[in-house]
Amino acid sequence: MRNALTIAGREIRSYFSSPVAYVLLAVFLALGGYFFYALLTAFNQTLAMYAMMRQPEMLQRFNLNQMVIAPLLHNMSVLLIFIVPAITMRMFPDEKRYGTYELLLTSPVRVGEIVFGKFLGGLTLVALMVLLSGLFGALLCAYGNPEVPLMLSGYLGLLLMALVFLAAGTLISSFTDNVVVAYVGTLFALLVLYTIGWLGETLQGTAGGLVRYISVTEHFSEMTKGIIDTKDLVYFATLLVIGLFLTHRSVESVRWR
Amino acid sequence: MIEVANLSKRYGDLAAVRDVSFTAPSGKIVGFLGPNGAGKTTTMRIITGFLPATSGTVRVEGFDVFEQSTEVRRRIGYLPENPPLYNEMSVTGYLRFVARLKGLARADVESALERVLDTCGLRAMRDRLLGHLSKGFRQRVGLAQALIHDPPVLILDEPTIGLDPRQIIEIRSLIKTLGGKRTIVLSTHILPEVAQVCDKVVIINDGHVVVEDELANLTRGRTLEDVFIEAISRDIGDGGHAVAAVEAEA
Repeated sequence: MRNALTIAGREIRSYFSSPVAYVLLAVFLALGGYFFYALLTAFNQTLAMYAMMRQPEMLQRFNLNQMVIAPLLHNMSVLLIFIVPAITMRMFPDEKRYGTYELLLTSPVRVGEIVFGKFLGGLTLVALMVLLSGLFGALLCAYGNPEVPLMLSGYLGLLLMALVFLAAGTLISSFTDNVVVAYVGTLFALLVLYTIGWLGETLQGTAGGLVRYISVTEHFSEMTKGIIDTKDLVYFATLLVIGLFLTHRSVESVRWR
Repeated sequence: MIEVANLSKRYGDLAAVRDVSFTAPSGKIVGFLGPNGAGKTTTMRIITGFLPATSGTVRVEGFDVFEQSTEVRRRIGYLPENPPLYNEMSVTGYLRFVARLKGLARADVESALERVLDTCGLRAMRDRLLGHLSKGFRQRVGLAQALIHDPPVLILDEPTIGLDPRQIIEIRSLIKTLGGKRTIVLSTHILPEVAQVCDKVVIINDGHVVVEDELANLTRGRTLEDVFIEAISRDIGDGGHAVAAVEAEA
């Protein structure tokens, strides 16, 4: 564990001593802010419209959580599909290109510690992103009255999803020594993971159920509605463990080829 | 002390190393010579545990590289052909990281850092970014990295490659001062380097050992160049495989 922290620390310093972390944070928050503004404006206009039509029973139906926070979280999850691969793409390819892989693998460090250290480094950056995007929720709390537990459940869903993306990116970056291949490969995997649920709408029976279960969106949607179900948590944990376990295998196999 | 016995490494059909055996006695500097592509780097990577061997054994300070890999890695300082540097780190930041990675306790890191900065002449460069250093200083940081945990065994893969003559002399004398209490294996194809620095010579050609002897025995009345050229051309004349077979029988 100590070695994992050493490796994670170096990883984090490397993100922040280059423009990488700042650019990714800025892009994520700028686009997130734009989505937030657009959704909020649309919400206010809808409210104003129904107020004019004097239909108070319709007003009851609309709430901040459903019309602003949930779609905002969904939009931000799409942003993560593009941003997480940029975080993970250098993890292993750069080590291989600059020869530092030899340093890591000839040090008295276990492969699991290398993998977990890399993952922890990425996790720190991603968690910071999700945390800073909490500003949008905080603004709503300051000027409106959203249901806070529901909102927190959604943010937890976003974070869990980001961790699964991160594990997938870590795995794919361990396969290659090329940064572009790592980025595009991860992007592909995340898009498949995100959109495979679409098949579930047409497929019948077990296949349809299975596809819906694999789809990350299904589980995430539940959490944005404020439902924290064990089966969703198990889903996220399972993907996380599988991703890290396979990365461990992949790094080990490079060593014993 | 390093004992290499019957080491072979195959990459698919290509045999990079065939039945290599030699020993590096404690406290001695062993020159590992051979033409480019002879298998020097592969052998060194196997000794450090970076690559697995196809067959054969390596023992470092009595520990088996395959069975007790962590124990071996604790005891080896390794300078690969290209110094393993993270360009965005400073000299001290990098060396502190390596010190932790090699298992030094937090309290011991600073003293180890100051020691290698002195040994490798890096004091003036301590806050510079690795990416901004010249080739010679990168090589020194590579050496400092290998020394930071004060290992009893050093594996140096072409430590003077790409340096200017003054830097070569500096690095050589540095390596010489490191010998004595450490076992050092250094690979090179610069013969005078071996003549000046090493106690023992192992010459490898086409993946197998053609000469293993004390430097003094080899250079009695001859230059190391003569020994090297003769060994290599005899090996090629016989056909490399025949020599390997004879040596394996003997």
